Order: sequence, then structure tokens, then C-alpha cells
Amino acid sequence: MSTTAAALHDHHEPQLTGIKRWLLTTNHKDIGTLYLWFSFIMFLLGGGMALIIRAELFQPGLQIVDPQFFNSMTTMHALVMIFGGVMPAFVGLANWMIPMMIGAPDMALPRMNNWSFWILPFAFAMLISTLFMRGGAPAAGWTMYAPLVLQTGDAFPFMIFSIHLLGISSVMGAINIIATVLNMRAPGMSLMRMPLFVWTWLITAYLLIAVIPVLAGAVTMLLTDKFFGTSFFNPAGGGDPVLFQHIFWFFGHPEVYILILPAFGVMSQIIPTFARKPLFGYASMVYASASIAFLSFIVWAHHMFTVGMPLAGELFFMFSTMLIAIPTGVKVFNWVATMWRGAMTFETPMLFAIAFVVLFTIGGFSGLMLAITPADFQYHDSYFVVAHFHYVLVPGAIFALIAAVYFWLPKWTGHMYSEALGKWHFWLSAVSLNVTFFPMHFVGLAGMQRRVPDYALQFADFNAISSVGAFIFGTSQLLFLYLVIKCIRGGPQASARVWEGAHGLEWTVPSPAPAHTFNTVPDSEVIRRETLA
Amino acid sequence: MSAVKTNYYVPHHTAWWPIVGSAGLTGLLVGASMILNGASTGSYILVAGLLITLLMMFGWFGTVIRESISGLYNARVDTSFRWSMIWFIFSEVMFFAAFFTALFYARAYSLPWLGGMGKGVVTNELLWPAFEAMWPSNGPANIGGAFKVMGAWGIPAINTAILLSSGVTVTWAHHALKADHRRQLILGLALTVILGFTFVALQADEYIHAYSELNLKMTTGIYGSTFFMLTGFHGFHVTMGAVMLTVILLRCIKGHFSPDSHFAFEAVAWYWHFVDVVWLFLFIFVYWF
Repeated sequence: MSTTAAALHDHHEPQLTGIKRWLLTTNHKDIGTLYLWFSFIMFLLGGGMALIIRAELFQPGLQIVDPQFFNSMTTMHALVMIFGGVMPAFVGLANWMIPMMIGAPDMALPRMNNWSFWILPFAFAMLISTLFMRGGAPAAGWTMYAPLVLQTGDAFPFMIFSIHLLGISSVMGAINIIATVLNMRAPGMSLMRMPLFVWTWLITAYLLIAVIPVLAGAVTMLLTDKFFGTSFFNPAGGGDPVLFQHIFWFFGHPEVYILILPAFGVMSQIIPTFARKPLFGYASMVYASASIAFLSFIVWAHHMFTVGMPLAGELFFMFSTMLIAIPTGVKVFNWVATMWRGAMTFETPMLFAIAFVVLFTIGGFSGLMLAITPADFQYHDSYFVVAHFHYVLVPGAIFALIAAVYFWLPKWTGHMYSEALGKWHFWLSAVSLNVTFFPMHFVGLAGMQRRVPDYALQFADFNAISSVGAFIFGTSQLLFLYLVIKCIRGGPQASARVWEGAHGLEWTVPSPAPAHTFNTVPDSEVIRRETLA
Repeated sequence: MSAVKTNYYVPHHTAWWPIVGSAGLTGLLVGASMILNGASTGSYILVAGLLITLLMMFGWFGTVIRESISGLYNARVDTSFRWSMIWFIFSEVMFFAAFFTALFYARAYSLPWLGGMGKGVVTNELLWPAFEAMWPSNGPANIGGAFKVMGAWGIPAINTAILLSSGVTVTWAHHALKADHRRQLILGLALTVILGFTFVALQADEYIHAYSELNLKMTTGIYGSTFFMLTGFHGFHVTMGAVMLTVILLRCIKGHFSPDSHFAFEAVAWYWHFVDVVWLFLFIFVYWF
């Protein structure tokens, strides 16, 4: 690696080493690596919080933590996983892959790229420090509904400001991705030849810059309501707590597509590779992604069916929500059609991808059930909701991330990972996550409420099963950590193409990818060959 | 691969500014949090954080200006800057949208419901039977006490004229820059800066008037909340814009820009038009109707 990288370096530029390399880097690959490791640490932290929750819920009654701390754990688990785990992980993938996929020398704004990452550790230091503050960490849920959240102790302003910092990081990251995709494509890489991962990230970046500032506004209003006497969410002054929910979910619903659209992109790279067929319906995939993004702006109040909206609102948001099933169905259909009569092999990335298609679809169907307003009156705030969104996030977003790591790890490290360990990781994860989350459907439909540390005795068996599954799932991820470290340190040499059926510019550069790729513009004939439109 | 070098400027490594900026912003916000929690030591941390943030801005912008002048940025880099500025401004639009939503929601839904309209019948009957919805309002509990409304046709109308004129003067300056008329450029830009700071001064005067004579405060129910948050954030953006224009004016005087290469000027002009447009919405929906 060092010889190739050195050859591509300009001679007068010194190579930084040690900690300075990581603090001062402008290299999209280094920054991508930072994002990915940071998010993995956050996954372990958020996962640890999830295991505290599952340990408490192993039996009915209060045994391990007190209820306030339990509520802090549900709140912090969500904030850490969403803002520290899934989002930075996908930005890490974007950093690593987008420049290589479109034939660009780096991201459009390399210095700002560095800052986008280096805000995150500071923001999370602020957020996590609240665990040790008077009044404990935020405990009103990650949705921060007023007026409950206004009872938070010293943690309150730290939580608000850390969200502001995370927002600055996200908006800068999104702007960088948009500028890169719109401006840095190699000649011949037309928009409709871009890999689907680039397309879904471009659309995600637009969602980010449209809704993250709205979240910033919402939490700013919380801050002024608590400390400066404003009445945004106080009916006595003419405001309305429901207003917070509207503004929050105007952010929150596009946010869930921010978490899943890049995952759709990853799937659209992996499935054609191992089916050895071009992606079925490329253009329809692009249009479906854009439709999902558009619809995500007009469905937000399906999170608030029981809050007491006028009937017209309930109906509008029910039907608009159901519309999302159409473009999502297009995507699932296209993935299945891509596999149809393909010469399939089942390496670890493909196993995770197939599990994604099946299990994400389960989450999609439970989403449709929740979209039905009168039915949602029963499901609201029950464990059925918890089951639903964990099915779209764990075998959805997180399986896509894991699949992406297996898929591109040989390109990043130059070594093949251990396929045997990968398969162990897959089967342990796939089975244990269903053991964890599937019973939640049943206890939820039977009436068990979320965000409560105790429950009625009849839910005991299913909760015990869930907890056992959760601990197996959590432990399995340590196997993943071991596998990744082992792969970085050595292993069979990976070829440039890595996978027999892989297409795209990133597979035309050596493995490991040299520090600087596409300092010279790739040949347009290569682009035509690698991106079969 | 073909042999065409891309020539896109990628700094091999960055200076310490990003990490310094992170530390500065964190200090600023941790200090602010401590102050809000009643710990007086917070103010030292806040000031330190602010100073570090300002240092970062001087250092970082200085680096970019030096690189720009030494010709490291080609047309493609310029296009990256343009896309970034456009979408940054869009994100600012969405930030204001959150507060406009609060205003419209209060006027269209929450106040009428509190007054007994539609689904609010029972709330009104049980909690505040005497309350009748109207705008402006500080809510059924009369939060903040009796107040007077800020009229549209005094200072706000003058401020509208000022901001609209400043949009004209900055465009004049831009045309002068493109035509290489240095005197007109500096005059147009200086006028814009003066108009910008005049707006801020009049806005401050309006706030003093509101607090001392109208009993209109941030604590005046939903009217005071939306009024001060919308005009306050806008005023903050105008102040930032005026400071940015001042920097651009100084750079014009130093001769940093040429008729065909002056993106920094254009970015600030875009930003200035953005605060102008936001003001028009404020004038219409906060002051006028």
C-alpha cells in the first residue's frame, strides 16, 4: 500500500503520522474511517444501554435500575444509536465510497469534511456527560415532548446544545455530499449512471438540510420555554404542546428515511453483485427513492394519531402514509427481481442483504398496520411500535451497515475477512434479533406499554425470551469487532475486483485503495463499462 | 485511466482550525449550559469558548482568503463553493420555517381551539370559559400582563425600506465590481453596510420601545414568544450579514476581487438577499397582518 500511496502523493507534501494524521486529515478515506470507528463505539455504548433495558425487563418488577434511570436509558439509547450510531456510520460510508464511485479525487470541501467529523466527539461528550449530572441524563424520551422534557434537570441545556452541534455536523456533511455529487463526477458519469448508493445519499443529503434545521428550531423553542419564559408549548400563554410534536415529527419522519435510504443504496450495490445480474429497474429505483423522500415530508402526524387531531388530519396522514408502501414496494420488488434467476452465491454481505430484504419488509408491513388510524389507537405507545421500528432499524439500517462493511472491507484493508467467522456472525445476529424483537409484537398487541420498567405478569415469558435474544445479539457483535480487527491486521490478499460480479469505479482501483484515488480523471470508456445503464 | 490531472485543490492536511472550532463551540455551549443551570463559573467558559471560536474564524477564513488570492481555486472549486452556499442558505430558510410554523399554528389552530372552536369546545368550557381567541394574544392566562401591539407602519416600515434599499445598493456594488468601477463598488458596498447597521440599530430601538413602553416582552405569551424569536433570530442574521459585508468591503478596498473572480462577494450578497426576503415575510406576517 505504502508504495502505491507514496507514488500518488505530491512530493513536497509531508505525510502526517500518529495522532496528527487523524486530527488534521482532509482525506476522505481517513475521515470515513474515523466516522466508522466512532459510530462503532457509539453502537457499543448504545447497545450497552439497550442491554441495561433488557436486563431490567427480563422479569416483571423493579430489580436492577430505578425507574428514572431506566427512562434515561431508553432516551439515551435512542439518541446515541440514531445520532451517534446509524447516521455517522452512513456518513462514513459516503466519505469512503462516494468519491471513489464517481471518480472524484476527494470530497468537494475536504477541510469542512474534517470539521463535520470532529464536532461529533465533542457533541457526544456533552450529551453523555449528562449521565453524571444532577437530575440524571434526559429521561423524557428521544422525542423530547414538551412539557415532560422541561422537567429534565441540569442535563437539559446540555442535551439541547449537543443536538445543535450534531445538527451543525450533519448539515455540513450533507452540504459536502451534495457539492461532491453535483460537482465532482468524472466526465461520463452522468446522473443516471451513478451507483444507487450515490443516488440514495444525494437524496438523503437533501432530507438532512431540509429537516435538521427544523429540529434545531424545535429544541431552541424548548430551551426558551424553559429558561426565557416563552409560551410556544404552553396553552396558558396561547401555545400548544402539540405544536412541539408537529415540528419535531416534521423533522422526525424524514429522519427515519435519512436512516434507511442509504441502506437502500447499499442493498442496491450488494444484491446485483452476488446475483451477478444488473440491478433490475435502475431508473425506477431512483424515482422510488425520490418519491419516498418527497412523501416523507407529508406523513409526519402519523406519529401523533392519538393526540387529538381533527378528523381531516387523521385521514390525510393515514392515506399519505400508506402511499409510501408503493415506492417501497417497488424497491423490494426490484431487489427480488434482481435475484430472480441470478447466479447467486451467498457470501456474508449477501446473507445480510437477503435478511435485510425479508426482515425489513416485516418492519414495513407492521408500519402499514400502524398507519391505519383506528388500529393505531390500540397500538400507540405499545411494544408493537417498539417491534416495528426495531425491525426497520436493526435488520434494516444496521444490517445494511454490516453488509456494507463486509462488502467493502477487502477494498479498504486489502485483505479478505474470514468467511467462516462472517457466517457465524450472520446466523447468530439474524436468529437472535428475531428472538429479541419478534415477541415484542405479541406483548405489544396484548397491551404492554413502552418506556415503562415494569409490566404485568402475563408478559413475563415473552420478555424473558426477548432479553435472552438481546444479550446473544449484543455479544455476537463483539465477534464482528474481532473479525474486523483481524481483517485489518492480515488475511488473504484481496484482488482489485474483490467480488466476481462487482461493477463500479471503486473496483477498478487496487485493494487496499491507495490514499489518493482518481487524482487523474478515470477514462470515460471505463466508466461506460463499469456503469451499465 | 487517462492522463488528465483533475487539478481540484485538495489540501493535503488541514490546519488545527476545525478541532479548535469544535473546542471553541463546545466551550461556548458548555458555558451557556452552566449559566442556565445557575453556575456562575459558566461565564468564564462561555467567554473562553467564544474567543476560541472567533480565533478559529479569523484563522480559517484567513487561510481560505490567502489560498484564494494565490490562485489555488479553479473554476470547479468555485462551483463547489456555490453549491455549498446555496444549500447552506436553504438550511437557514428551514430554520426560520420552524418559527414561522409556530406563528401560523398558534394563529390558525391553538388560539382558536383555546377559544372553543372545533375540538376545543370542552377545553374552553372547563379551563378558560371567559377566553375568546383573537390575534395578537398572550393566551387565556394573560401571561405577561396587558400589552400593546407593535405597529407595522412605524419603525418596521422604515426598516423594510432600509433593507430593500440595501438590496439595491449591494446589487449596484456588484455591477460596479463586474464593470471594474472601483469607486462605485466601494461606495455601494459602504452604503449597504451603513444601511445594514442602521437596520440593526433601529431594531434595537424598537425592542427598547417594546420593553419599556408597550410591556411587550419575550414573556408576553405566544405573541411575545413568536415576535421576539422571529425578529430576534432575523436581527441576529442581519448583524452577521452586516459583519460579513464589512469584511467584504475591507477586502474590496484591499483589492482582493477581480471582475471575473469574486465569489466571496457574491456569497455574502446572496446571504444578504436571503435576510431581506425573510424580513419581508416578517413584516407581512408578524407586524402587518
